[in-house]
Amino acid sequence: MASISIRKLCVNYGAVKVLEDLNLDIEAGEFIVLLGPSGCGKSTLLNCIAGLLDINGGQILIKDRNVTWLEPKDRGIGMVFQSYALYPQMTVRGNLSFGIKNAGLPKEEVDQRIDKTAKLLHIEELLERKPAALSGGQRQRVAIGRALVRDVDVFLFDEPLSNLDAKLRAELRVEIKRLHQQLESNTMVYVTHDQIEALTLADRIAVMKNGIIQQLADPHEIYNRPTNLYVASFIGSPSMNFIRGKIEGNAFSFEGGQAKLDSYQAEQDGALAGNNGKEALLGLRPEHVVLGDGGRDSIGRGKVDIIEPMGSDSLVWINIGDASISSRQEGATDFKKGQEVEVSADISLASVFAKDSEQRL
Amino acid sequence: MAEALALAPGPVGPRPKRPFAPRTIMLYSILLVAAVYYLMPLYVMIATSLKGMPEVRLGNIFSPPVDITFAPWVKAWDEACTGLYCEGLKVGFWNSVQILVPGVVISIAIASVNGYALSYWRFKGSEAFFTILLFGAFIPYQVMIYPLVILLRELGLFGSLAGVTMVHTIFGMPILTLLFRNYFASIPVELFKAARVDGAGFWGIFLKIMVPMSLPIFVVATIIQVTGIWNDFLFGVIYAGTKNFPMTVQLNNIVNSTQGVKEYNVNMAATILTGLVPLVVYFVSGKLFVRGMVAGAVKG
Repeated sequence: MASISIRKLCVNYGAVKVLEDLNLDIEAGEFIVLLGPSGCGKSTLLNCIAGLLDINGGQILIKDRNVTWLEPKDRGIGMVFQSYALYPQMTVRGNLSFGIKNAGLPKEEVDQRIDKTAKLLHIEELLERKPAALSGGQRQRVAIGRALVRDVDVFLFDEPLSNLDAKLRAELRVEIKRLHQQLESNTMVYVTHDQIEALTLADRIAVMKNGIIQQLADPHEIYNRPTNLYVASFIGSPSMNFIRGKIEGNAFSFEGGQAKLDSYQAEQDGALAGNNGKEALLGLRPEHVVLGDGGRDSIGRGKVDIIEPMGSDSLVWINIGDASISSRQEGATDFKKGQEVEVSADISLASVFAKDSEQRL
Repeated sequence: MAEALALAPGPVGPRPKRPFAPRTIMLYSILLVAAVYYLMPLYVMIATSLKGMPEVRLGNIFSPPVDITFAPWVKAWDEACTGLYCEGLKVGFWNSVQILVPGVVISIAIASVNGYALSYWRFKGSEAFFTILLFGAFIPYQVMIYPLVILLRELGLFGSLAGVTMVHTIFGMPILTLLFRNYFASIPVELFKAARVDGAGFWGIFLKIMVPMSLPIFVVATIIQVTGIWNDFLFGVIYAGTKNFPMTVQLNNIVNSTQGVKEYNVNMAATILTGLVPLVVYFVSGKLFVRGMVAGAVKG
């Protein structure tokens, strides 16, 4: 059963089309992350699901109920905002109870739910404090509590961790994942521009650009088989290497080397043969680029240009012909600037994109 | 390296502050002159109001009162002649209060809802509506005096307290709406969204979320309206009717009376009495006023 179903959704501000004919089905219990740069329409989509934004066309169904025209409170959703959006004049208890009191729940039920939520999020001792007396992490926890206490099945997160410092962000990220596993049959839609959050949390990621979902797949697929050049370059840090070249028969050749594509799995059979002689891009993740002997598929010889130590590992930049590619090496690497090395790669994990359409072959 | 790092010769630590630097002297003397300039008239008024008529006739306006008397104050309040009646300023005071209280309450109530609706519940044409409302702030009052006379006459409110209250409410609307709209616009919109998800409606969000967060701007609006309505002369003299003249109009009648002796001490006392209300409002709420004025400039 689809928990959220978005059909032919259109949103425009005047003449600017933010979302056009967008379709998305989210399964019950799924954790979906909407990922994209600012202005790609991901927050707009979330606000539409919440009912905070009027749409210009299409439908939104939540749990098989058409909620297109319903008020936010009647949609059975809870929402968490980036800036916490706690009511400053109310205590934590007041913040948690505001929604369910508006819904007309009896007092015992309200207290019971607050106790349960507070225990789940470890904020019991904060209940009588005002938001101003809380730290950033505590505030966001209360904001999550305010969504949970509504006892709904769909939770919407609008960049909930972006206002926190790096350490807290990592902590709360784990906590959100744990929460998703603890609560049964709840669907979470999570908007972020942070790919690490997306990769760690999501069951499926929807990578968005200009209001269009570029790829909707599980994190593994998104990372290893990006469907187009945009997704490939957006996901991954350090980012994927792209080498400009040509497809020649069963190989990819470029100035300075050649890579055999025997082990490459094309999207469709014959896609490589069909693009024979055309310009293309070979995408290699830094961790799949092997330096020295022992690599699977040799692609050429190069010269070490720059070494970037990053603690746990180092990024070694190599010039092959006019291409500059990076390779992930151990933290304490022996490579020296100017050193000549044999470069090889695991072509079965590589990506090949057509230059004109930018689509994966 | 570790032990006793030698200090280079020359300045060490905080720079010494010279108490009588030329710029300090300059600064304080300018401040002093400004303070004297503004306080001198007040001093003259208070001193004169505490003198008896013989002492006033001596003409030394700067000399302090020798024989302090509160009789002029009592006379100004209780028995000075304001035109035909000789009941003092107290009649005008109570008229002013009756205009002021409903005028302030109603105009702020309407303007705050206006500002809230215009910043959160945008409707088609709300921007145009706001522009028209703002435009009203730039039209000179004089243009609207006569049309308003006709309007109030048709409504049967001409020459009544309700009529003049209504005029004040209307004329306060543009600036107050602007004030509230801008204040509400500085509140993060996510708070409004969260309240909507939590099931609060138009009035629920306004009364339970927005109003409790907006105390400073309500104080500012109150000060603007209190001083504006209290100090008003024009609307009072035109729309209130002879019996309902506010304090300012009656003060004018006392001070500008052309008959008999000019009782400067009574005039001074009457003027101070009239100015007392805005003065008290400023002193009581000065801090909140500043806070409200800068609200929105700094998030916090």
